[in-house]
Amino acid sequence: MSAEPEEWYEKLRAYEGRVAASGGQGRDPVNEPMIRHWCEAMGDTNPAYPGIAPPTMLQAWTMGGLGGHPGGSARSEAYDELLALLDEAGCTSVVATDCEQEYLRPLRPGDRITFDAVIESVSPRKTTKLGTGHFVTTRMDIQAGGELVGTHRFRILKYAPVRRKPDQQPDQQPDQKPNPEREPEQRPQQEPKARRPRPVINRDNAGFWEGVAAHQLLIQRCTGCGTLRFPWLPGCGGCGSPEWDTVAASGAGTVFSYVVMHHPPFPAFDPPYAVGLIELAEGVRIVSNITGVPHDKVRIGMPVELEFLRADDELELPVFRGAVA
Amino acid sequence: MTVTVRAGEALPPLHIPITRTLIVSGALASRDYQDVHHDAEAAREKGSPDIFMNILTTNGLVGRYITDHFGPRVHLRKVAIRLGAPNYPGDEMVLTGEVTSVADGTAEVAVTGTNGIGRHVTGTVTVELPTGSPTGAVR
Repeated sequence: MSAEPEEWYEKLRAYEGRVAASGGQGRDPVNEPMIRHWCEAMGDTNPAYPGIAPPTMLQAWTMGGLGGHPGGSARSEAYDELLALLDEAGCTSVVATDCEQEYLRPLRPGDRITFDAVIESVSPRKTTKLGTGHFVTTRMDIQAGGELVGTHRFRILKYAPVRRKPDQQPDQQPDQKPNPEREPEQRPQQEPKARRPRPVINRDNAGFWEGVAAHQLLIQRCTGCGTLRFPWLPGCGGCGSPEWDTVAASGAGTVFSYVVMHHPPFPAFDPPYAVGLIELAEGVRIVSNITGVPHDKVRIGMPVELEFLRADDELELPVFRGAVA
Repeated sequence: MTVTVRAGEALPPLHIPITRTLIVSGALASRDYQDVHHDAEAAREKGSPDIFMNILTTNGLVGRYITDHFGPRVHLRKVAIRLGAPNYPGDEMVLTGEVTSVADGTAEVAVTGTNGIGRHVTGTVTVELPTGSPTGAVR
């Protein structure tokens, strides 16, 4: 659909390989109280702790905490710039998606850690259940006493959240999970369906939607040259005349082309489903759903018949019922 | 003490009740003060139905699951996880694991944590076994 401007992604990609943090220092040396708090929280009774720190605590030693790092963050200007660019593009929300750590030697109480990080990659724009955004991967090297003790690769999604309607409760929003769910089987099954998007009705297309309300699919006809046009436009593409009337479509058509939507999932739509470009008997084409036929049985040239689908209390839509050969 | 590990071996599941206490204490123990991990109202304002577990806690629980099973003498070498369905309060996460390979004194374990919504975490843990551990039959 909407292509990402090449220059925009190039601008983001230019940050790959640049420093994300340098000369960071652990807020506290590795210490028994923090190890004990961690073990208590995790329910971890391993007797090796707190003689050594749980390896999975690696990132915790780099965190600024509530007070932040004294003397400011170790985060680089380049990383701040990248995040600001994404913020400006509307990708204001952030969620951690992946964490890969390697442990070269155990950390012990008294170890003082330092860290440096690099921006490893910035993904092209991706649409997830949370919203559309970019995955940013950083790789951090963690040292103690000048010796590399571990590496920490971290991936976040910076995204523009799917907007919530004010009349809906948060728990009715299956598409606002704080983590991206990339696998379709993870989608909650029980939650109420979101409503389909509302059409934008304006003075140029109001007549079309009045027709739909009366169960008619109205095609514009130029009264200057007689050319039919669809979708509705203020003037004729052939002769330029702004004068028009309408003809009601007979309802017969054929599948001119189609796609099957698998991913990404959108609210109110249940993939996989077919989206057809229907050529009406009158000659104009319309994009709509194909009903009555499994998505994998839709074929080009398949005859279809207009019907009206009541999506909800407020919305009716013209769709096309296919006939399996 | 040695540890016998065989490829294909399934680890017993670990049931972890996702309480508010676990989410908040895990966030604070990892020094992660992002409000979505302790302030339900702030989490809702950001589009989440409730607070949810941070990735560092998930990482810690996966590490614990492995060392609980193999014992204190193994060393974690690598933990790689990917998050999916969030852990919200009131849910339960069940960690399961399977040894996928054993070679050169290390075992690789595939770990999955499933909650009421779906798969919260999938990951791979590489663990170094105590020297002299019989590696059993490698399939």
